[in-house]
Amino acid sequence: MKLSIHGARLIDPASGLDQIGDIHIDGGRIAALGAAPADFDAEQQIAAHGLIAAPGLVDLAVSLREPGYTRKGSIASETRAAAAGGVTSLCCPPQTKPVLDTTAVAELILDRAAAAGHARVFPIGALSKGLDGEQLAELVALRDAGCVAFANGLAPMANSRVLRRALEYAATFDLTVVFHSQDPDLAEGGLAHEGPTASFLGLPGIPETAETVALARNLLLVEQSGVRAHFSQLTSARGVEMIAAAQARGLPVSADVALYQLILTDEALAGFSSLYHVQPPLRSRGDRDALRAAVQSGVVQAIASHHQPHEADAKLAPFGATEPGISSVELLLPLALSLVEDGLLDLPTLLARLTCGPATALRLPAGQLAVGQNADLVLFDAQAQTLAGERWLSRGGNSPFLGHCLPGAVRYTLLGGRISHQA
Amino acid sequence: MTPTDAKRPLQLNDQGQLRHFLSLDGLPRELLTEILDTADSFLEVGARAVKKVPLLRGKTVCNVFFENSTRTRTTFELAAKRLSADVITLNVSTSSTSKGETLTDTLRNLEAMAADMFVVRHADSGAAHFIAEHVCPHVAVINGGDGRHAHPTQGMLDMLTIRRHKGSFENLSVAIVGDILHSRVARSNMLALKTLGCPDIRVIAPKSLLPVGVEQYGVRAYTDLAEGLKDVDVVIMLRLQRERMQGGLLPSEGEFYRLYGLTEQRLALAKPDAIVMHPGPINRGVEIESAVADGPQSVILNQVTYGIAIRMAVLSMAMSGQQTQRQLEQGDAQ
Repeated sequence: MKLSIHGARLIDPASGLDQIGDIHIDGGRIAALGAAPADFDAEQQIAAHGLIAAPGLVDLAVSLREPGYTRKGSIASETRAAAAGGVTSLCCPPQTKPVLDTTAVAELILDRAAAAGHARVFPIGALSKGLDGEQLAELVALRDAGCVAFANGLAPMANSRVLRRALEYAATFDLTVVFHSQDPDLAEGGLAHEGPTASFLGLPGIPETAETVALARNLLLVEQSGVRAHFSQLTSARGVEMIAAAQARGLPVSADVALYQLILTDEALAGFSSLYHVQPPLRSRGDRDALRAAVQSGVVQAIASHHQPHEADAKLAPFGATEPGISSVELLLPLALSLVEDGLLDLPTLLARLTCGPATALRLPAGQLAVGQNADLVLFDAQAQTLAGERWLSRGGNSPFLGHCLPGAVRYTLLGGRISHQA
Repeated sequence: MTPTDAKRPLQLNDQGQLRHFLSLDGLPRELLTEILDTADSFLEVGARAVKKVPLLRGKTVCNVFFENSTRTRTTFELAAKRLSADVITLNVSTSSTSKGETLTDTLRNLEAMAADMFVVRHADSGAAHFIAEHVCPHVAVINGGDGRHAHPTQGMLDMLTIRRHKGSFENLSVAIVGDILHSRVARSNMLALKTLGCPDIRVIAPKSLLPVGVEQYGVRAYTDLAEGLKDVDVVIMLRLQRERMQGGLLPSEGEFYRLYGLTEQRLALAKPDAIVMHPGPINRGVEIESAVADGPQSVILNQVTYGIAIRMAVLSMAMSGQQTQRQLEQGDAQ
């Protein structure tokens, strides 16, 4: 099918393109930018004057909850929500039930994602069997089944020796390991950033050192093993400082932050609302400002939603008895645009952190608006507004942003030249 | 755009009266003084031959304890009975939750029994807030202790004890000694003392038992007991739980006593007329010497008596605040 999009402001952070123009799509790929190819006879036209056309967003952390937790979300429901947030490619973490540590689970996820057809799904496999930290999962078989990287989440590897060997094995086959750096002993029992707010509320704290101690060990073992590494969900100023220092030393590590960590701080916990219960925790204002600066400088090259949908009951209890996480992918673009509105980032830089930044971190074939690439696009109106929750597709209603008026509105999301979301 | 939770006065009605009693945070000095004055008047009831007033006649007070307690539970029971309420007490830690019933389901069942007031103790910080937000609006919720967060009736009975022995708060030095980190009593006492105008509040503990940022309460932190006790008017000792010996917080009860135990010798550093308080139950020989606990400066048993009066004050004030709120809302509706 042939499709032409007319008059949009085209922004491709990967190439630096930023101009008004047309996009012509043929066979699911971008056939031309600007003038149509000779004899191009579009069957469908989208008048996109006043809209911005960017590569479809690439989200490195979207919990799809399937298999195993379909009361919280399904592959169909959460990829559909992702399309509404402007996302066309996403990675799903291995915390499913059963854990994503066999090719059967990887295949199930990929099959159901393909059947749903709302987004390209790139699974992240478990680094250890059952995420138990003891025995390696079959990493190469999982890679061949479609896993793009490996992680153990917040579940620790048994000890530094096991982690070291896992990294050496992964390095052998040029596999990428995704780290969620939080020392389980320092974080044990913790519910909130250790600081004045947690002290006042009587919530057990998670010190900043829970992140930095684990990060220091992980960085040293990455350096020793030479494995490709991505550091996910950084939360602290000291943490991004350590990543910056490693990069300055020439260690090729990449990093992402959760979008909500760029907006919220631990002060939001003041009313004990379980909507702000996340792991790792929301930290101080100083930490948030340092994360913002790291996103701006590029030390942190990706912003991810770290979407974790929950059923209502999971959040309906005293703070400490609730499950952590925010349902966030559906608002990815408008919530991210609030950073532009607040003057923290310019639009092309923000889009880089949401497209080519994450794509290159995990070597995903996505995140570019260029001839020959998949026609994965988001068309949005930067002047319009989104009333969060006016329409809600995720199965998890656990978003503290519902009811907020956010800047920008996704008008179309296109996946392989086909409209996957329209508003 | 930076969304934050609007801090609404959950525990006050539209006229600024108590309708729940969850925490001392955000309560004005006048309200705390009103609680103390009301409790003073109820102390007289406790001294009568017939110890009852009809303020809560026909009302049902439900004590729901998700965590063990003897003193707090029985004094709440007595307080409600002296106000002529019907009282039921549930130890939920041993019943429903072990059968898998959720907290909200347990509360819905109690609401269905037409309870007018819940007194709740729970091991999770914020549990009383959660319950107040989720019960039907006319039910008053009184926090009998939530996790490490707050124990506001204990805080107020401690204030009543201090006021009755020292007259006022304006020129006092008060030291709180022991496990500040895990103590809801310490948090409520610090807030109450600050609000009531106490100019010198000290907390004394090793760093492993001091919360990060304790200075936000307007207190000074000491790690040396002798230094912290110097010339104070009031010493509040906290209970040290056995489990604090695990996980590296403290080496042993013996070493804690050696460094932070209140002995006669150390008490001599305080003012000669200083009073000694403790929320109980006391650990003799761990945080306090028997000679001090049973000595002339100890007001530990007075605290128990005052606790009943404070709880009568809070129960009656919250019930009245709820009724006023209902009348206001009915007035609006008409």
